Parts: sequence; structure tokens; C-alpha cells
Amino acid sequence: MFAFTVKRILQALFVMLIISLLGFSIKHEFGDPIRDMVGIQVSVKDREILRETMGLNDPFITQYARFLKNAAHGDLGTSFFYKKPAMHVILSKAPATIELVFASSLIVILISIPVGIFAAIKPRHWFSRIAMGGSIVGVSIPVFLTAILMIYLFSITLGWFPSYGRGETVDLWGWHTGLLTADGLRHLIMPAIALSSIMLPLFIRLIRSEMMEVLETEYIRFAYAKGLKKKRIWFIHAFKNTLLPVITVGGVQLGIMLAYTILTETVFQWAGMGFMFLESVQRSDTTLLVAYIIFVGGVFVIVNTMVDIIYGLVNPTIRVSGRK
Amino acid sequence: MEPILDIKNLDVKFALRTGTVTAIDNLSLSLAKGERLGIVGESGAGKSVMGFSIINLIRKPGYIANGSIYFRGEEISRYSEEEIRAIRGNRISTIFQDPMMALNPVLTIGTQMTEAILAHMDMTQEEAERIALEKLAKVHIPAPEKRLNQYPHEFSGGMRQRIIIAISLLTDPDLIIADEPTTALDVTIQAEIMDLLIELCESEGMSLILITHDLGVVSEVTERIAVMYAGRVIETGPTEAIIKNPQHPYTQGLLKALPESRTPGEPLYQIPGMMPTLTDIPPGCAFNPRCPMRGEICITKRPEAAFADEHTGHMAACHLVSGDLAS
Repeated sequence: MFAFTVKRILQALFVMLIISLLGFSIKHEFGDPIRDMVGIQVSVKDREILRETMGLNDPFITQYARFLKNAAHGDLGTSFFYKKPAMHVILSKAPATIELVFASSLIVILISIPVGIFAAIKPRHWFSRIAMGGSIVGVSIPVFLTAILMIYLFSITLGWFPSYGRGETVDLWGWHTGLLTADGLRHLIMPAIALSSIMLPLFIRLIRSEMMEVLETEYIRFAYAKGLKKKRIWFIHAFKNTLLPVITVGGVQLGIMLAYTILTETVFQWAGMGFMFLESVQRSDTTLLVAYIIFVGGVFVIVNTMVDIIYGLVNPTIRVSGRK
Repeated sequence: MEPILDIKNLDVKFALRTGTVTAIDNLSLSLAKGERLGIVGESGAGKSVMGFSIINLIRKPGYIANGSIYFRGEEISRYSEEEIRAIRGNRISTIFQDPMMALNPVLTIGTQMTEAILAHMDMTQEEAERIALEKLAKVHIPAPEKRLNQYPHEFSGGMRQRIIIAISLLTDPDLIIADEPTTALDVTIQAEIMDLLIELCESEGMSLILITHDLGVVSEVTERIAVMYAGRVIETGPTEAIIKNPQHPYTQGLLKALPESRTPGEPLYQIPGMMPTLTDIPPGCAFNPRCPMRGEICITKRPEAAFADEHTGHMAACHLVSGDLAS
């Protein structure tokens, strides 16, 4: 298990290196730090001198090495719009996004597992039919449309939930959380549901089809032949095997969910990283864009590495091949 | 002596989209306590369906359409799901064909053994583990204490089949149904597993139904044989009588097809044609298109079982045996 974990971490570092190379290339080609720093009054000649002293005329490799060295210290450059280190900007926006993704994941897990299992065990039940039919509809409607429809229905027509913003937040050692106030939670409900609207049907369908496949295997039949109770067969024998592919897909989907926050946050004016990303595209804030890409890439890699390690804990076959 | 298992006029049907097909047709069998019965036939003869119908585990859309199954004098074919669950893996155990597929890959051997005990008996986890160890030792698994925490993939095929046999022994059942227990194993291991089964049946006084396509194996293990063809028992009797003096042309063909009965240098014998599919079983005798002795009557009239030897109970469903067709 230890060797397996170390191997996974080394792979993760390698992937991060590639992401940073891509990110740096974007910045190198499209960004102009001089433009970000100086006003229009500065002459072309002064700009060239500044360019030379900042090392911007150095070869690509030298500059990339410098970029990596700084990145290793957590310095991904300075946002020209915010006039602050890009990392600071991202970190100040991160809690809003993390809370949103967390709430959405919670919705997905709490609903998809019981519904998926039920639909697999009783495929002909009316509830299963409705869940399956509904999931096709859910998966086909884009997130931003769901979000806009929800605002129309629940905010404008019924007036149940606020339509934008995070509401009242509490400062918890530098982390601005909306989870601790009633107002913050009220603001969180609609964006969280909108964000989960794509993943939820996907997971219900995934869990259902995996579970149905497992229920047809010989070892489930053998479990019946042993005279085990149905509940034990469903929840211990079948569900544990269903979990393996679901964990793998779950890791990737968590990353995709992070990407979908761009749409959800924009519609709900949610002051998170996704909203910030779209703003920085409009402002051509290249440094912040690249910092965001590397940061999100890092989150992706960390999540998937953790998923691999968790997968190893659930699946004994993987564990052994790591030990060898 | 009261039979431990008595199957009377059993019909098993499959409700397919195109209509209902009959997989088991009017099957009657009985098994005495401690007796070892072999069910022989080609793939598709309905052997496994017959085995699983006893514990009501036929795959959907199959169902018992007619007839009754008595176990220890009780009609278990009328049992509710919960009542039959209490019999499965408790009084009647099953050994599956492929040991690589029958164990759950994500649960330890210990879990898969103790849960089978705890499903039927009121005892603590420690007591259940003690029984599991005892049974693992009984099927000659070395160092059983170390095995309980291991997963199925850490065992070879032969070892896994031993574990499955150990699981089938956990509750000291009255009857074991072994569905092709050695088909997926190496020949050398086949003999070991079969010897183990005979040894255990004799020492524990258990009855055994051995389902196989291999007449050679059956002749070494069982005391009585039932030969199945297209869902019916076409010949039944003491193992020795059937091997030495087969009555039905199908049984004769099966024996002739054994590699042991071939003349060296000659190609292996095979029965011409194929077992009919359940959707188009020919009228008359189901075997008639493949039968070398076919007569007029075989195409029109279905033969009923007739005694070949009343003294030993050797019966065959063939017009040659009943005397309707002169040989």
C-alpha cells in the first residue's frame, strides 16, 4: 500500500509539471506583463529596458524554470486587475466555490445512492420508472438553463429563495463561510441544486446500471444459495462491488463539477473562483487566468490521486498489485 | 426408507417474449439419505435448471409450472421466499461450477464463511469463526487461521473450490447439490475434489446430487445416475447397470463418446447432430433425429419410462425398452 501511494504521488507530480508547462506557455504567448504593469504614457524604449531587466527576453526554458521556482513557493504572478498576487485572489474566492461544490456533492451522494440502488433492485416499480425518465430530462438540460428557470420559479414567482449572492457570511479564521448562517444557507440552496442537476441524474444512472450488472453475477447467486437475507446481499455483497466504478467516475466528475461552477456562479452572481475566472477572461487578466488553470489542475490531480488511494482501500486486488 | 428428496412430475418453464418454453418436462426423481446421485447430459439438457429449481433459484424468467418437490417429507416447492431461504445454504447447500466467479471479490473468506453460518444459526462471531476454521481444515486447506482474512484472488482455482465446499459444509447440510464442481479445474485437481466430496459425504452422511456432463466422473462418484435429454430423464438406474448395460441409444452414444472407450488410433466417437433447443423439440422422442435405431413410432409417439430391470429399478424412456419398437 505504501509503495502504491508513493507511486501515485509521483505520477501526480509529473502531471502537475505538464499542467504548469501548458499554463506557462499560454502566459508566455498571450500575456504581456509590461502592459499589465505600466500605463500608456511609458515609451516603447522604456518598455524594452523594463523587459530586459525583468528577464522577459531570456530563453523560454530559463523563464519557465524561474516560473516553476516561484510557483513552488506559491507565487503564480500578480493579477493586473486586482494588483495583488494571483494566489491571494484565488484563495480569497476559493471558500465560496468549495462550499458550493461541497453542497452539490452532498446532494448528489445523498440522493443518487439510495435512488440508484432502489432503481436497480426494483426496476419495474413506478418510482424507478419516474427516476429513470426524469434523469434523462435532467441530464439533457444545460446547467445555466436550469439555473435561470429556478430563479424564475423560486425567486421571482414564488419568492422563496434569493436569486443572487452568498448572503450573510461568517469569518472563520480567514475562511468566509455561508454555511453557518440561515441567510447563507438560504442563498446556497438554489446554486447547489442547479450545479448538481447534471451530476445527479448521471450518478443515479451509473449506480443503477452497475448495481444491476453486479446483481446478475455468479457470486450474488451464490450468496442467495447460501441463504443470506436480501438486505445483506444488496447492501453488502452487491453495493460494495457497485462502488468501485462509481468512485473512479466520482473523482473525475468532482473535477468537472468544479468546472461547471463557472456557469452556475455566473448566473447566481456567486463570488467564487468560477465567477472570477469569467471576469478575468473579460479583463484579459492572463496571469490570473493561468494561475486559476494551474490551481484547478492541481485540485483535479489531488482529487484523482485521493480517489486512486481510496479505490485501493475498497478493492483488495489493486492493493496487492501495489504491494508487489 | 423415506427419501430425503422426492421430486414429483416437475415442470419448469421459461416465459420468453416469443412464448413459453419447457425446460424441465415431467421430471420425477428421488434420493435416499446418504445416497449419491449423478445427473448426466449435454449442455442444455436442463441439468442445472433442475438443480436450482430444488432451492427455487432458477434464473428469471424461469418458474416452476407444475409438480412438487418434497424435502424431508415437506413440500418445499410451496414454501414462501423466507421459508426457502432458511433451507438454502442450511439444509441444502450448493457448489457452483466456476470457483473463480462464485466468491465475492471484495469480501474476505472469513466474512463469506461466517455470514453463511450467522444467516441460519444463532451464535457469536467467534463461534462462527471457529466453525469456519474447522471446515477449512476438513477440506484440507493448509494453515486455515491465516486464510480467514484473505481475499478470493489470493487463492488458486482448486483452493477456491475447496473453500466453496467448506462453505457448503458450514451448517452440516442434509443435501449438497454440486453443479459441475470440477469443470473449471485442472484434471489433476478434479480427482482431488471428487475424492474429497466422496470422503465428506461418507463421513457426514450427506446426500449428493452431482450434476455433470462427464460420465466418467459420475461413474466413479455416484451410486445412481439419471441421464437427461431435452428436459426429460431418459434413463435412470444404478450407476453400474447404466455404465455396463445402457438401454437408451443416447446413453449408449454418451458412453461410446468417452475417450476411454475409443480404439487407439481411431478418431473419437461423437453422437451426430445437436441437442434440440427448447423452442423446437421434435415431436415423438426428442432424440429421434439423432438416433441410429429410429423407427416409425419414434417420430410420432413420445416414449414413456419403462423398466429394463425391475429388480434394480433400471428404467429408460425408449420404445426399444418398452417393446413398442422391435430392435
